[in-house]
Formats: sequence, structure tokens, C-alpha cells
Amino acid sequence: MGGAATNRSGPVPVGGDGSPPAPDPTEQAHGAHGRAREPAGTNGEDSILQFLAARGISRRAFLRFCGAMAAALALPAGYGPQIAKALSTAPRIPLVWLEGQDCAGNTEGFLRASHPTVAELVLDTLSLNYHETIMAPAGRAAEKSLSDTITASPGQYIAVVEGAVPVAEDGTYCLIAGRTFRSMVEEVCGKALLTITVGTCAFDGGLPAASGGPTGAAGVAAIVPGAKVVNLPGCPMNVQNLTATIVHYLTFGALPATDSLGRPYFAYGQLLHDQCERRAHFDAGEYVLSWGDEGSRKGWCLYKMGCKGPETFANCPTVRFNDRTSWPVKAGHGCVGCTMPRFWDQMSPFYRRLSNPPGFAVDVTADQIGLGLVGAVAALSVAHGTVSYVRARRAGDHEAAGESGPVPTIVLPEPGEPGAGAPPTSPPGASGGGEVS
Amino acid sequence: MAEIGASAPGLAAPDTREPVHPFDALPPNHPPLLVAQPWQRVRVYVWEVPVRITHWVTVTCVIILSLTGGYIADPFLIPAGGETMGIVRFIHMLTAYVFVASGIVRTYWLFRGNRFARWQAFIPTNRRHLNEFVSQTEWYLFIRRELPGILGHNALAAATYMVVFFLFAVQTGTGFALEAQRGATVVTSLFSWMNDLFGVQTVRLVHHLVMWAILAFMIHHVYAALLIDHIEKNGLMSSIFSGFKFATRRDVAKARDGGIELEEMLK
Repeated sequence: MGGAATNRSGPVPVGGDGSPPAPDPTEQAHGAHGRAREPAGTNGEDSILQFLAARGISRRAFLRFCGAMAAALALPAGYGPQIAKALSTAPRIPLVWLEGQDCAGNTEGFLRASHPTVAELVLDTLSLNYHETIMAPAGRAAEKSLSDTITASPGQYIAVVEGAVPVAEDGTYCLIAGRTFRSMVEEVCGKALLTITVGTCAFDGGLPAASGGPTGAAGVAAIVPGAKVVNLPGCPMNVQNLTATIVHYLTFGALPATDSLGRPYFAYGQLLHDQCERRAHFDAGEYVLSWGDEGSRKGWCLYKMGCKGPETFANCPTVRFNDRTSWPVKAGHGCVGCTMPRFWDQMSPFYRRLSNPPGFAVDVTADQIGLGLVGAVAALSVAHGTVSYVRARRAGDHEAAGESGPVPTIVLPEPGEPGAGAPPTSPPGASGGGEVS
Repeated sequence: MAEIGASAPGLAAPDTREPVHPFDALPPNHPPLLVAQPWQRVRVYVWEVPVRITHWVTVTCVIILSLTGGYIADPFLIPAGGETMGIVRFIHMLTAYVFVASGIVRTYWLFRGNRFARWQAFIPTNRRHLNEFVSQTEWYLFIRRELPGILGHNALAAATYMVVFFLFAVQTGTGFALEAQRGATVVTSLFSWMNDLFGVQTVRLVHHLVMWAILAFMIHHVYAALLIDHIEKNGLMSSIFSGFKFATRRDVAKARDGGIELEEMLK
């Protein structure tokens, strides 16, 4: 962490004294270039490759990063050079990072961009014009850099949004510089080239929108329906996915393909369960039964400890966190499904497989209700049967079961019901009428 | 059609009881009709082959699905080795497809089967059918002593089966929706919208609770069948194996789904 933090102190694109950001001229130059990713004459000063070289990133490391990005995007290895070409000629796109109702967890993730410094620098070379948590200026100077970006290059910047947007009480639950976060999102994302939401709060409201939340929190896509939004949910999102999304855009000039919830398929296209390193234990029926038991020490499946991997779409097992060091299940804790819609409500209780039915006491499980239902029906049947038996005995109406003589047989003809006008007798019993007697 | 079945054991003496008006429960303008030998029992072919087969396939599937599903929800065996969960899930899905196939056959038979199997047996189309809800309920509550005359499903049972069919459909839909997460197939993708609309865990909870509801129904179903078999002594229990019920001529004529015209089929 220390390395990342010190390394990145340089590229924060604003002067320490709160004056307008240094890279302003370049931004305006890009603004004039139209579509930001177009080669734009590969103006040497700005190109990412030179920027990297100036920061001591070798070409080799850069190409390795491009190969890793191709892998992350599930592209054939041959795309590595194409990505390298695109990145090395890409002009720097201004980027603003908004924070609403959030815990800055995604900012923390962003500051720890893995694939060391390179990805971080790629993000930084996007010319980070505004980021409340890590920008140097404060107050009016900070807000000025935001409004400068929007006015200088409308439709030419990337908006990254972290945190939910409260809408209750006219959005007054989240004010920034005296302005509701909602209006800020509407303006910034409405004019952005594209919007990337990072973290679950910006995706669908996340924790602030969980049951009981009073702020009417919503995700960005719901607030700005017309904007071009890519969602990278997660608590926090994996910065690798953010990098890959931007790289995809810089390379192909288009956003990666997304699912119905706006999440890129390359990161959210597969069930976490299917990529999990403990999956073999699941299929074998080997489960951790309590924390610290033998199965836990052997690294068995966390299914019975409430792991939500089987219903979560994310690439955590393959990408992992903190420089590909680990991820929750590897560390011995079940997945809580943080990339899924309304996960705080949907996936809880986190330590049980099944949700508890609503409308009952909070700790009443579905099985208790089910067993109660079955038991009640069984008890009722026994009681009813007893009463019926006694009544029948009392009434004494014991009709003889067997009657005299041969028993004539009625077999319905053609399956007509009375109204259908089926002839009563003649047709051969087509519908199983030839059943043995 | 009219065939003489095996002779029943019992008395050979002629029936001396008074003939009765079988249609005393019919609308007043209905001409009264007499049935000869009203207390004589006749065999009525009620449950056709597809009905019986789908019934027992469904029973088998529900038991297998409940056991394997219960294991999937909460794996209670910790095996020494092998691929227990993998096998159990495979059986669960395989059985699910058999279950659905059986449901499709039975649904087809709602339109093709005899009067006891058709959709009209389940959905009230006349006042007599509607009134039977009340009289059958009264019978269960010990308010009424006489069972409503019926050869196939009584109104209450038929309505219950409609609910059960619905629960089966819910189980099928939610089950396929859950399966669709693993990578939608042509079949499962038809149901994956449920996951988006309700949330996967809600779908899972419904799938689980409906299993319990179906098991509760099974208990009630077996009990009610035993009870009515005991009261009516018309071979109800054996009818789901053989297809035949043994009803008196009076009951055949009086039954809502019977009628005097069935007598015509007796030779």
C-alpha cells in the first residue's frame, strides 16, 4: 500500500496550492479533437507511452500489462499488441470521480490498483481532474476544477461515480458544496462521454438503499436514465475491472458488452461458484460445518456457512484483490454476493444459505415454517380421522362392501363430456377404453 | 364398453330395498327418473391410463425431488469421498425433467381425457359444481353427514389440485430459473427473468417453501383419500391403481359427473 500511495502522489493533476489543475491546456486540446480515443495524430507529449516512459515504466512492463488486460477482457492473446497500440496513441481523457453516499471503499481499491503502477498510471493518465477524497484543492477551487472540466470538454470526459444517490427529501441527504448530489450526478453524468459506476452503492443504491434506509438511495443508472452507464458493482469493485473497462474503451472505442444489469460480461458473466478454487469440495460434498473445524482447516467448501458463491456473478476467484493476493473465499470466508442487486437484503443472512421468509420473526427459518406446516397438516389429519372414525362407529351405517352377483362395468366412450354431444354408446373406446377389466 | 367384470364376493340375495329417486339433488324442473336396482354396485372406469401413470410418476418425482432438493439445500451427509453433491444435483435435474414431461402429458390430457380428467372437472362451470364447495366443506367439518355425489374429483379436491398444479408450475419455473444461473439453456432461459425480477435468493426461498407446501398437501391428500375410501367404500384407493371405482347405480345416477345416461352403457 505504501508503495502505491507514494507512487501516485505525483500524478494527481492539480497543483498543491489549489490553483486550477496543471493539465488544463492538454484537456482543452483534447476537447478540440472530438472523440477522445481517436488516434488524434498521436501527439507525442500526451501519449500514454511517453507518459509511462517518463515515469520509468519500461516498454516490456507496459506490454505485459496490455497482455494481462487482454486476458482480463477475455480476448485472445493477439489483442495484446492492439491494446498496446491503442493505449500508446490514446490521448488523455479527462476523468472526474464523484462520491455520494459511500464509504470511499472504491477509492481505497482504486488507490491500490494492482498490476502495479502501470494500471494506476493508466488510470491517472486519464487526467483525473476531480476526486474529492484525493485531490489537493478544497472548497471553491475543487468545485472549479469540476465545472471547468464540464464546460471545457462537454461530452468528452469520463465520469466515475462512487456511492448511492439519495432522492428522498429532495436529495438533501447528500449535499456537496451546498448542492444535492443528485443534481451533480444529473449534470456530470448527463454530459459525460460515458459513466462508470464503481461499487454496489452507485450500481443500485447498495447499503444506503437496504431495507430500513431512509434516504431513498438509488443507483446512477436510475437517476440518469439517458446516460451511457457501465456498472462495476462490488463492495468494493475490483480495480482490475475498472482498468479493463477503460482499456476496452480506449482500444475499441466502445464499451464492453454488458448484461441486463449493465455489468460487463468479461467480469460479471460467470458464476463465481464455477470459478471457485473450492468448487471440487462442493461437488464432493465436503463442507465446512463450523468455523475452525477440520474442514475449515482443509479448505473445504463454505456452502454450509452461507457462502453465496452459487448465486453471484463476479470474477473475484480469477482476478482476486490486492495484487492478486487473495479474495474472501480463499481467505476462508464465504461470498456475500456483493455484486448482485440489493445484496444486503437479498443475500442476508450472510451465514445461512437460505433467506428467512418475510412476515415472521427475524430468526424463523423456512424449514421451521415448512416443518410446522407439514406437522400441522399431519396433526389435523389424525384429529379429523379420529373424529370421523368415532362418528362412523356411532352412526353404525355399515353398508356391506360386497354386493351380490357380477358387477357390471361402465366404461365411458369417446372422451366427450355431456355437453360435447358425444354419442353415448357407439364409438370404440379410443381413449384407453380397451383397458383390461 | 359394457363388459361384465369379475363377480364380487358377497350375498347373492336379491336387493329388496326400495327404489329411490336418484335426482333429488337436481334442479326441480328435472324429470324424476328411476334407476333399477339402485343399490347394486357397478364398475365405473374413472381414471384412464395417462391419469394413473402421470399420478404415480408425479408421486415418485416429488419424493425424489424433495429428498435430493433437501440435500442440496442443506447437505446432511458428509461423505468420505466421491462426488456426492454432483450426483445429487444431477439426479435432481434429471428428475425435474421427468416431472415436467409428466406434467405436459397431464396437461394435454386435460383436453383429451374423459370427463373425470378434463379441465371441466376442475373449473366450476355450473351452479351445482359451485354449491359442492360448500357441501363438501360442510362434510369435512362434520356439519353434513352425506357426501356430495361425485365419481371423479369433488369440487373441493379439484380446486385443491388446481392449486397444486399451480405449485408444480411454480416449482418448475423457479427451479429452472435457479438452474439458468449455471448457463442458460433453451429451456432454462425461459425462466431466468425471475432472477432479475425477484432476486435469486427470493426465487430460492420460494422454491424451498413450495416444496414444504407440496409435502403438506401430500399428507392431506393421502389422508383424505383413505377417509373417503373408508366412508364410501367404493374402491377409491384401488382406483388409482386399477382405474375403476365401484359405485352404486344410485350414486352413478346422482353424481354430478355421473348421470342416468351412464346406465345406457351398462349391458
